[in-house]
Amino acid sequence: MTKTAELISMRDAFGDKLLAMSREHDDLYVLDGDLATSTKLDKVAELNPERFLQMGIAEQNMLGVAAGMAAAGLQPWVCTFAAFLVKRALDQIAVSIAQPMLDVKLIGAYSGLLTGCTGKTHQGLEDIAIMRSLPGMTVLAPADAAELESMMEFARAYKGPVYIRVARDAYPAIFDSGHRFEPGKGVWLREGSDLTIIATGTQTSRALEAVDLLAREGVSAALLHLPSIKPIDRDAIGRAARLTGAIVTAEEHSVIGGLGGAVAEVLVETDPVPMERVGVMDLNSESGPNDELLRKYGLTPADIAEKAKAVLARKAGRQVSGCAGHSTIGG
Amino acid sequence: MEKSAELHIRELKKIAAEVRIHIVKTVHHAGAGHIGGPLSAADLLTALYFRVMNVRPEQPDFEDRDRFVLSKGHSAIALYSVLAERGYFPREELATFDKIDSRLQAHPDMKLLPGLDMSSGSLGQGISAAVGMALAAKLKKAAWRVYCMIGDGESQEGQVWEAADIAAKYGLDNLTVILDWNRLQQYGWPGADGRERRAPVERPVERWRAFGFHAVEIDGHDFTEILRAFDEAKAVRGRPQIIVARTVKGKGVGFMENAHHWHSRVPTAEELAQAIEDIRGGLAS
Repeated sequence: MTKTAELISMRDAFGDKLLAMSREHDDLYVLDGDLATSTKLDKVAELNPERFLQMGIAEQNMLGVAAGMAAAGLQPWVCTFAAFLVKRALDQIAVSIAQPMLDVKLIGAYSGLLTGCTGKTHQGLEDIAIMRSLPGMTVLAPADAAELESMMEFARAYKGPVYIRVARDAYPAIFDSGHRFEPGKGVWLREGSDLTIIATGTQTSRALEAVDLLAREGVSAALLHLPSIKPIDRDAIGRAARLTGAIVTAEEHSVIGGLGGAVAEVLVETDPVPMERVGVMDLNSESGPNDELLRKYGLTPADIAEKAKAVLARKAGRQVSGCAGHSTIGG
Repeated sequence: MEKSAELHIRELKKIAAEVRIHIVKTVHHAGAGHIGGPLSAADLLTALYFRVMNVRPEQPDFEDRDRFVLSKGHSAIALYSVLAERGYFPREELATFDKIDSRLQAHPDMKLLPGLDMSSGSLGQGISAAVGMALAAKLKKAAWRVYCMIGDGESQEGQVWEAADIAAKYGLDNLTVILDWNRLQQYGWPGADGRERRAPVERPVERWRAFGFHAVEIDGHDFTEILRAFDEAKAVRGRPQIIVARTVKGKGVGFMENAHHWHSRVPTAEELAQAIEDIRGGLAS
């Protein structure tokens, strides 16, 4: 499964794959909100121009146009920055696309914190939380280029709205090119017994490094990658809780309502265990170089390892004091 | 005017009267719903479904049909009433409007009711979907046309003008927008006396022309003008069209006409009887 740490650009992989798909499928059209050079839709614009539709800097209309095209039997792929797609055009996504379950593919480019020094207006840190609250929406976050390509194949075949968050930068190859994404299925990337790190999207490669950091300190961390946040792999989350008794979630997203929220929802209904969340805290971020942003906002492998140790302390405390559920309030 | 055309128009007026009666009855029975806007749209929708559009009620989703999007989705009861009269579903089903488990939602839901080409309800969105459909027809080299009705209050939404811009840029001559220009919105901008209301959109013909549309202004309750405007729109090449239809909110019911508080009021039993009498009387005159 895992191999070399070769870095592959997510957005280039996205543009190349979409170009190939546009050549393969007669009904596939690409809609741009005038960010083609950033999102890499320009690959389609230049090499298969008949399938490229410029919608200008007008996201609300772009989503509505996509809905109308889908209602007429075409499959539009809409791509712009996650921040503008999900927040500016949310009502259009909800009413014109998600409620009628139209076959529109929504690509949130420049998702997460690392958006090329553009700052908080352009970062996409709430997209998972917002999109997973829409009935009928599928929400996906790939860890690397190979997984993204496989997700796009899934989205192509699936008849209904799918949101995929795509990162701007290059990430280490985690999966082989033949890797097959399955909706609603997690992928166990590391075995471990002390705790499970549950990660999604770009944070999965940082979680892999965190597992190694912890191993050096004698902590055995399992790593469960969840590329599909909705539907979510309830079985794998439950298994992680039962087998390791402690969980840390890791995502390049707000700690509110994203992967951490989704995992917590499953845990409280099934196997409650101590859990910590790694993500951007409830505050506005800023523009800056990638490594400094990751450090300041607590998303580095070392930050994940710290939370792992914190959750282990809570797990140990619980074991010493017996079952917390048996104590009484004020008693 | 030819005799046959005159006959057609008399038939259309009769159908539109039935549609208006469905509207006032249904809102009365539902105890909720919009009424003024549906009444202003009734003649235009009747013309579309009975004369202008290529549709098959018995096969509502046939591929080459003309499409219609009710962007002012709160006038859904007018569309349902026309569809029922046209034979898409039994008239009795109108009684389920706004009731739980009904296919006739307060705003059109394409997943529930065959014959609805698009869901709508949040203002400004339907026209974008209509642009997408017209664009799809061009890309597929299909001959069907797209019709979309917007409201004048709705025209305050920026998305309407984003859609207008793209429709003109792509030269969507297979798209005809109809503006139900009834000149009243839910609350509006009250004047000093509390009764005056400023028009929701100023100089719509000039605005739409500036956006690159072929624009004509008509009396939206005169079937001769309505049918002529649709014929003229169909003949336009290279540009989308808009029919700016001057209408009367509450049209056909004396005490509702031009009365902004009848945007979404529910008529009492006496008011309903009076409304039906007015509608029938209007037909006789």
